[in-house]
Amino acid sequence: MSDLTNLTLSDAREKLRNKDITAVELAEAHIDAMQQTAGLNAFIFNTEEKAIEMAKASDVKLAKGEGGILEGIPVGVKDLFCTKDVRTTASSKILGDFTPTYESTVTANMWADGAVLLGKLNCDEFAMGSSNETSFFGPVVNPWQRQGDDTQLVPGGSSGGSAAAVAARACIAATATDTGGSIRQPAAFTGTVGMKPTYGRCSRWGTVAFASSLDQAGPITRTVRDAAIMLESMASYDVKDSTSVNVAVPAYEKTLTGDIKGLKIGIPKEFKVDGMPEEIQALWQQGIEWLKAAGAEIHDVSLPHTKYALPAYYIVAPAEASSNLARYDGVRYGLRVAGDNIDEQYANSRAEGFGEEVQRRILIGTYVLSAGYYDAYYKKAQRVRTLIKRDFDQAYEKVDLMLTPTTPTAAFGIGENIGDPLTMYLNDIFTVSVNMAGLPGISIPAGISANGLPLGLQLIGKPFDEETLFRAADVMEQAADFTALPQLMAK
Amino acid sequence: MAIDQATVRKVANLARIRVSDEQVANLESELNQILQFVEQLSEVDTDGVAPLTSAVEMTQPLRADVINDGGYADQIVKNAPASDDGFFLVPKVIE
Repeated sequence: MSDLTNLTLSDAREKLRNKDITAVELAEAHIDAMQQTAGLNAFIFNTEEKAIEMAKASDVKLAKGEGGILEGIPVGVKDLFCTKDVRTTASSKILGDFTPTYESTVTANMWADGAVLLGKLNCDEFAMGSSNETSFFGPVVNPWQRQGDDTQLVPGGSSGGSAAAVAARACIAATATDTGGSIRQPAAFTGTVGMKPTYGRCSRWGTVAFASSLDQAGPITRTVRDAAIMLESMASYDVKDSTSVNVAVPAYEKTLTGDIKGLKIGIPKEFKVDGMPEEIQALWQQGIEWLKAAGAEIHDVSLPHTKYALPAYYIVAPAEASSNLARYDGVRYGLRVAGDNIDEQYANSRAEGFGEEVQRRILIGTYVLSAGYYDAYYKKAQRVRTLIKRDFDQAYEKVDLMLTPTTPTAAFGIGENIGDPLTMYLNDIFTVSVNMAGLPGISIPAGISANGLPLGLQLIGKPFDEETLFRAADVMEQAADFTALPQLMAK
Repeated sequence: MAIDQATVRKVANLARIRVSDEQVANLESELNQILQFVEQLSEVDTDGVAPLTSAVEMTQPLRADVINDGGYADQIVKNAPASDDGFFLVPKVIE
């Protein structure tokens, strides 16, 4: 890896401000890194020319001592965010060569702060998946491999391209989205930091919708500090998203004081699931020791409805997806497959345009919302969701944060679980309750599995208290001192 | 509650997704597996529990009832598979 592609966001920022490097040099180094790591299939659309153009504009500002908090920083954008004049597909065939005439609020915020777009990142189709294998553009390869074994592994999903590109040093940071774990699980699988903010913190406007009551954008980076800088840029109140919450966005970086003395950390006992691998249990215990050593207090807490979060999610998310994805009908954009009449045209376009997993979820969602089943499934799941949220509310009367593993296993092989939807769904067992309750959560790389793969620990915060979450994550990151590097990365 | 092949076809029609006979058989088993998994929610006592409609407590904001957007039909139809003079073209829907 070159010195330039191994820079963290905060280091690159210092070097740019001190004029040790230029934004164009930094962009060029990353364009080279993207080419070297093209085999990972992380980027599906490259915007090299645009990147150089944006970097030149950044250099002009930097020369004058001006520029935003991301000035000159080369980033990748998950293909779920609409980017003006840059093709956006949600990794689905049905969007065809859709090229937005508008910019998502999250990416608009980043461009206003000076970020440089390298390209669009692969993801599971419409963010539905936990392995990045449902993408129309093919799977993403995890830059990490098992020790002495060159089996290609998944990077997790749905933000698999974002996580792989950041881990492989093909971009400094990436945007991602998280509906049931899609930022945190891929971060855990690739040794990166993944931050899902509180629901309502980042605007959903211009982001392709999957399940609107759960979807939330956030960053994937290589350090906690970088995640704090990225979120400060991505987050904003937006009148164009009626669920965007009008609270001030703090300067998150300032909260990284390294001091967590007296902070109360909850350990939810229901996350100690049967059959949890010993190395995951040991990692969790290690995390507890790190926080204790830094002066935090550890408390056992109970979230009795944890077990029901995943089944409730698999009603709520498909239900919302089925109505959100009704818009893909071959009329206004994307793929159109002719039929004898308009209904046939809809059915043909949607059959050819949606992949298997997306079709499965639309059908489940349509079923649970259909006449006669709405109360039994959808309403029931929404009631259970109230109980899940209540569990957290009660636990947060006693503690400030919670600590759990991010995933039940390390990364698995491409093709290993794709034929078994339910096994795939279990990947989100530790992340999904956080979405159901609308809370912020962060995964940091905390250890290495017996076969040499990264493992993550998750901290969960109170609503809109990303500051405490970042502060504790930063302390844990220092204690973990994770320095291992993936095998497949830019030289 | 298990679903049969007729229900799969009915749901696929509601969702406007064409499915082949072979797909219907696969979907029947896959969808039943998922429904069986979510069935465990029936163990939970939810009597008197209100459904959660928003993850974050907030009051819905109000906006002024004014026209502040629009007037760019060309951009709206720009990505359409077929359009004419600012309109989307579809197969004939009225006999």
